[in-house]
Amino acid sequence: MRDQAELPTDAELVDRLRNRDEDAFALVLDAWSGGMARVARSIVSTHASADEVVQDAWLAVVQGIGRFEGRSSLKTWVYRILVNTAKRRAMREGRQVSWSPVAGEDDSPTVDPARFGGPDDRFPGHWLAFPAPWPSPEQDMLAGEVQAHVEVALAELPDRQRVVITLRDVEGYSADEVSSILQISAANQRVLLHRARALVRGKLEEYFVASAATDVGTEARP
Amino acid sequence: MTDLNCDQLVELVTDYLDGALDEETERRVADHLVGCDGCTTYVQQIRRTITTLGSAPPADVELSDEARDALLAAFREPPR
Repeated sequence: MRDQAELPTDAELVDRLRNRDEDAFALVLDAWSGGMARVARSIVSTHASADEVVQDAWLAVVQGIGRFEGRSSLKTWVYRILVNTAKRRAMREGRQVSWSPVAGEDDSPTVDPARFGGPDDRFPGHWLAFPAPWPSPEQDMLAGEVQAHVEVALAELPDRQRVVITLRDVEGYSADEVSSILQISAANQRVLLHRARALVRGKLEEYFVASAATDVGTEARP
Repeated sequence: MTDLNCDQLVELVTDYLDGALDEETERRVADHLVGCDGCTTYVQQIRRTITTLGSAPPADVELSDEARDALLAAFREPPR
């Protein structure tokens, strides 16, 4: 996980924070605030309010460090406070982050069923046409554009899916840690992640297919 | 044991990559992938999606100096 390696162990950090060691606080502040802001942005509506959420969460950490029981890692505990702070803020902004399952979210297909053979086709349930291969990252001259499409895809995801995929794939948390931070079941975490990844892959596919078509068009011209 | 269809496999990818499948299902997924270029490509693209997400350039997300100073001050003298 980003920046984690440079920090002292949890036991040492917690000890130093409780003893009001300002250097220890500066260490975690500098190591974690960036990631916390990204996660906050996945929950609240503006970057400005995300920055405030990060600050409010740190204030809650300062006040609450005496209550930290070490049942999760310190960072997980801090992120849980962050997520709860962000959810309250989102609600005040009139933005409902619903954490209960949305209808169809558990079992509807994540890949368009029209891409697979139907009962009357020769191979029911198999790809009618294979997904087109993407250019390798080395071939891909437009890495910045790919990232931009990923950003757009993230923004379009349902709220809970965006929070889960941000924690898992952008911030690099494990499945257990994400369940613990969001206080959702392991099964729920997996469903949300699965749907989110399939949607982002779909957006990238649209982008690569569209740019391949443009390339062919260019080559075909004399 | 029945063979998996592609439309079933694509719904198992996340559990497969997390190592969260039972042994039997994991073997069926692996067996299917050996013989299916379409699903192999699909799984590669999911992996690529994950690495692309993880290599997002650090956005402008650092604390402002002002906010950092305020938090350090609050740490020195926490509100009671």
